[in-house]
Amino acid sequence: MIAELGHFALILAFAVSLYQMVVPMIGAARGNRGWMDSARPAALAQFGLTAISFAALTVAFVTSDFSLKLVYENSHTDKPMLYKVTGVWGNHEGSLLLWVMILALFGAAAAAFSGNLPPSLRARVLAVQAAIGAAFYAFIIFTSNPFLRLGNPPFNGRDLNPLLQDPGLAFHPPFLYLGYVGLSVSFSFAVAALIEGRVDAAWARWVRPWTLAAWLFLTIGIALGSWWAYYELGWGGFWFWDPVENASFMPWLLAAALLHSAIVVEKREALKSWTILLAIMAFGFSLIGTFIVRSGVITSVHSFANDPERGVFILGILAVFVGGALTLFAARAGAMAAKGVFSPVSREGALVLNNILLAVSAFVVFIGTIWPLVAEFFWDRKLSVGAPFFNQAFTPFMIVLALVLPVGAILPWKRAQVSRAIRPLRGALAVTLAIALLIWAVSSGHSAIAVIGAGLGSWLIAGSVAELVHRTGKSGLSRLLRLPRADWGKAVAHSGLGITFIGVSLLTAWQVEDIRVARIGESYEVGGYQMTLQSVDQIKGPNYFSTMAAIAIAKDGREITTLHPEKRVYPVQAMPTTEAAIETGIFRDIYVVIGDAQAGGGWAVRAYVKPFANWIWLGSILMALGGLISLSDRRYRVAAGARKAPVNAVPAE
Amino acid sequence: MRRVLAILALALLPTLSLAVQPDEVLPDAALEARAREISQKLRCPVCQGENIDESNAPISRDLRLYVRERLVAGDSNPQVIEAVTDRFGEFVLFEPPARGANLLLWLAGPLMALLALLVGWRFLRARERAETAPLAPLSDQERARLKAIMGDVRE
Repeated sequence: MIAELGHFALILAFAVSLYQMVVPMIGAARGNRGWMDSARPAALAQFGLTAISFAALTVAFVTSDFSLKLVYENSHTDKPMLYKVTGVWGNHEGSLLLWVMILALFGAAAAAFSGNLPPSLRARVLAVQAAIGAAFYAFIIFTSNPFLRLGNPPFNGRDLNPLLQDPGLAFHPPFLYLGYVGLSVSFSFAVAALIEGRVDAAWARWVRPWTLAAWLFLTIGIALGSWWAYYELGWGGFWFWDPVENASFMPWLLAAALLHSAIVVEKREALKSWTILLAIMAFGFSLIGTFIVRSGVITSVHSFANDPERGVFILGILAVFVGGALTLFAARAGAMAAKGVFSPVSREGALVLNNILLAVSAFVVFIGTIWPLVAEFFWDRKLSVGAPFFNQAFTPFMIVLALVLPVGAILPWKRAQVSRAIRPLRGALAVTLAIALLIWAVSSGHSAIAVIGAGLGSWLIAGSVAELVHRTGKSGLSRLLRLPRADWGKAVAHSGLGITFIGVSLLTAWQVEDIRVARIGESYEVGGYQMTLQSVDQIKGPNYFSTMAAIAIAKDGREITTLHPEKRVYPVQAMPTTEAAIETGIFRDIYVVIGDAQAGGGWAVRAYVKPFANWIWLGSILMALGGLISLSDRRYRVAAGARKAPVNAVPAE
Repeated sequence: MRRVLAILALALLPTLSLAVQPDEVLPDAALEARAREISQKLRCPVCQGENIDESNAPISRDLRLYVRERLVAGDSNPQVIEAVTDRFGEFVLFEPPARGANLLLWLAGPLMALLALLVGWRFLRARERAETAPLAPLSDQERARLKAIMGDVRE
């Protein structure tokens, strides 16, 4: 009964989205205020209905209702409650329901926070948003219905893929979808602006917060996925250039470009048509990502469902929306004349360079990801493009980006002199050179990766600090604290990027690995740490069996900790997983994995010392935090507070 | 989903083990380092996008042993990679060689960067030479709105 209610609510939401896509759009064209304003309650109703639908499916998972096919295939009564809930989106149908719910959530948020938008623009934005919703409701209802019943309900389910029964991965999809789907709002704004034929500073000010929000969620989602891979896959890799990872990375790069180009539109009324194009492409790449994950055209470790019919449906959605938007763009872009006048050496020029580097690097990722398809289609060759290609083709753009970022960030608007502008960066440059020299000195074999990567990372951080100091001038702390939050957000996010640079390069350059057979009681040394395999026991978990080792770690005779790496088998899915044990530190992780019992006695064990590993995710968190700080900037809050100001309003701040 | 998992489970079940096994490691550290470097460029032929160094599949173990055998026999890195490619086809190469059609893959990024820099530079030069457009005066409606907003902020 509850499941049918959920199904019914989903169909109602589809109907509402059809209304919201057509009526407000016609109302905007005819100037009918009532028709335009009906978009707002419709958007809110859509969200309410999808939320009911999602809640119904969650109830089915929590109560283990195995008469639902989806619950039978992806759940089990012994599964811990957390994974019963997260199991809702650990499969194709459920994750799609989460996707449409988040889409409706963003639509409702756009309706709620758009009080100060011109009515026709608001109506058009919400109509485009509803059109995207309608396409995905049709997709889920006609090809991927999560509410299908089974004729003869079995007593128990088939359990969730054990790899997904993990806190890191459980919350990876919701954040990723918040990012992907958040870009739909930027897309809707871009298409609505093209229909209106008007892009100005105010438009950019409305678009930027949505892009910023989408980007920061995408940052968290990608970081969670990478962190999960690090501790779960058993050897501490954090990025594989897998097609599905690339699918989330391309929208991230484009969203990063978009939120920088929107600044130029907002402050200087230039780069308008490029910004519109970026907004279309960023969401287009989100759809391409969805296509890659759900169609099975590109084999990847995380492909969801190898179902060509679904693939074709998504390809159709992609063709209609991106194709339609680009056609509209071609027809209307000419009307978006730039207004600002500035010299190439200026903040505007630096942001153009930022956009070139981010967009071209996204293009490199794209071409590498689809190249196997291209080669098979045109030359009938089956080939692979993997990490070695991406590392060589992508990294140079990031090096250039990091080199110019602190300089570009401090250049004044309109017209600048580099020699003069970089004066405040002299201290930062000295600090950077000192750190690079130190790294070079302590690095065994004088690793170039370590020196370049950590040097650039330090340059980004020191540059951000130098910029804050420069903006503060001689006025001291109170001025520093009263700097606009956008400036703080910028400094925090750029420093975060620097910290990630340092983490990636030092981990890559300095990692120590040890693979050996260890007997119980035997001690050995890895990278300056003494490790002792103390015991190996068989243990029974709630829905798995585990082989758990105890490995004592000591340094210079002083006990640090005892680690318990595991090897698990989940009997329902007949699937083994490795659970690495990690001793986390600021400057290094100690990472141990237990393997098989050996024929001649003893156990295969692997140990790693991974320097600066956590800096990768710490940097990502800081990037997201920078986005959040920037999102709370006064100019967005004032814009929101200024709407329909009643006479006795509370002060806007 | 079920089918994918079944295949995954089948592929993983026979060896419940780590990627590189202790008995595979060569005593000569320099040779072993070269073996690891080569392994990271070779794709496991049956898995989904893993290199043979991280893969748990039996065939990856065979390939790792083969790579080490060739190295011990005195082959250079390119020779080993070529020997594996001869048997399994270019599908196992994670780094497509920069020749023939693949040259396009390698050059796509640099060419696009050049093009983008050119277009970007022309745009910036045009902006520098552009005349400042005379500002259109505010309409009565806009002036009233501005007044409302300014009053709101000062309050």
